[in-house]
Amino acid sequence: MRRAGDRPETNVTADRRLQHGHGSHGPAGREDPASQRVAAPLDGAAHARPPLALEVSGLWAGYPGNPPAIEDVSLSVAEGQMVGLVGPNGAGKSTLIRSILGMLRPLDGEVRVFGRPVHETRRDVAYTPQAEEIDWDFPVSVMDVVLMGRWTRVRAFRPWSRRDRELAMGALERVHLADLAGRQVGELSGGQRRRVLIARSIARGARLLLLDEPLAGLDAAVEHDVLGILDDLTHEGCSIVLATHDLSCVASCCDEACCLNRRVQGYGPPENVLTEEVLSRTFDRHLITVRDGVVAVDDGRMNRGLEQDAGAG
Amino acid sequence: MGELVDWFIAPFEYAFMQRALASLIIVSVVGSVVGTFVVHKGLAASGSGLAHATLGGVAIAFVNGASVALGALLAALAVALGIGYVRGSSRISYDTAIAIFYVSAFSFGVLVISRRSSYTPDLISFVFGDILGVSQADLLGELVLAVVVVGFVLAFYREMVMVAYDPAMAAAAGVRARFFEYALLVLIALSVVVALQAIGIVLVTAMLIIPPATASLLARRIPRIIGISFVLSVGASLVGLYASFHADLAASPAVVIAAMVPFAVTLAATTRRGPRLPAAVAD
Repeated sequence: MRRAGDRPETNVTADRRLQHGHGSHGPAGREDPASQRVAAPLDGAAHARPPLALEVSGLWAGYPGNPPAIEDVSLSVAEGQMVGLVGPNGAGKSTLIRSILGMLRPLDGEVRVFGRPVHETRRDVAYTPQAEEIDWDFPVSVMDVVLMGRWTRVRAFRPWSRRDRELAMGALERVHLADLAGRQVGELSGGQRRRVLIARSIARGARLLLLDEPLAGLDAAVEHDVLGILDDLTHEGCSIVLATHDLSCVASCCDEACCLNRRVQGYGPPENVLTEEVLSRTFDRHLITVRDGVVAVDDGRMNRGLEQDAGAG
Repeated sequence: MGELVDWFIAPFEYAFMQRALASLIIVSVVGSVVGTFVVHKGLAASGSGLAHATLGGVAIAFVNGASVALGALLAALAVALGIGYVRGSSRISYDTAIAIFYVSAFSFGVLVISRRSSYTPDLISFVFGDILGVSQADLLGELVLAVVVVGFVLAFYREMVMVAYDPAMAAAAGVRARFFEYALLVLIALSVVVALQAIGIVLVTAMLIIPPATASLLARRIPRIIGISFVLSVGASLVGLYASFHADLAASPAVVIAAMVPFAVTLAATTRRGPRLPAAVAD
């Protein structure tokens, strides 16, 4: 959503992205992150390529007084990639997202966002917590919420500028909610609320979106709309990490899947990762239910994955 | 006609009535600004608890001949920070923490007072409020605290709203969410102290809650809720003061009842109409 002249200091990165074609979404784009994952983040190679949107290496994190919620998690997200974070309740998906954001201090390991610690790159990152963590009854309008995306520490004390309002309205137009800008957010339906939160991330101009269960509780049609918006964003170079319980969505929409159950159980292209073996490790006893859901995938990628796996075994 | 005008004008020819009105206007500003957050974050119990807790500080200050308002201020601040700490870092629930703190502080106050032979009129005025006894110095103190409270909210309005609406996102964006959660408790404590002399420990919560609650039935945006709440609050203050002057009623409870009536009427009116809010637009 950035426009020319918005933030001059990021233009260099944008140019590099164009030269190296990382904004592309095709299979070629998907090969790059694999090679980048091997490269050290800060050596000479970093100058040759734009830094990864997100690089997590050997991350251990958890809450005081409890055993670590995630252990030795490593993953990387290239620009323009959408990564589905899958796992049962309590697997550590939210913990992982919160430690990426620096809201939890890691016990060990490292997180790099666009090659830098997250506290230096906050304006490039947008976070959407689970919908139930938000106080929908609080008397703020849809526009107020989207404007929150514009907040950065250096701009504290200054009122929202005309430009902030333009960007917020533009973001609302993208999610088709411009006509509801003046409504109190609690008056919106579940799907509209998720779109407001996505608009808030868009208004931020963020290049990395961390979304904690943005699809929970949505019906198929609304989920399709939300995924459509996210897909458009990745085509513009946004990187997205999406925690979800919806395996068919991961199979059909995500470039990579990360199966998490305290540790990473499988990571890679969905057709390689969403296999019976990995899913049974990830979800433990819920395997049967999961397979039922998987079979329902409409584009057949998931079924192929399972067949390949069965054939190999 | 002249008689009617006189009925409205006469009370405020007295300096103590002017001070009472000025004091209640200050309370109305602070109560509306902070009360809007209190009502929408479900912090009414904190307000009530902080008010009761001030008795501990009031009693100590009174027995030692120190400034009673200062004693109230320090006690309220200590309990606000205590509540915030317990909420953030232990397994005791928020309302349990409030109850334990304020009952302890209140009991401590009663203990201190009970060592003296009897409750004195001065202390009773703190418990039940004494609008008509507000002095010039009290007024000045209230004004200073009110400027601090309103100034803070004006300066950090966006941050406070972000933390109230979505604390996780606010923290991720770099807002110091914990700081603003503490800050809200401290603002409540300061507001309680502002209103203490006028309204009294037992009734002070009313001015933080009833007008913003009424306004929240009528508006859905914070600035408008604060505005309506202020008008309602000043209106209730005037009604209470007239009732006190002309009908010889106790002023503090009269103000509270005068604030209660519009709430009850609004609630009844908005409930009878059925769901007030337009249904969500279909996707």
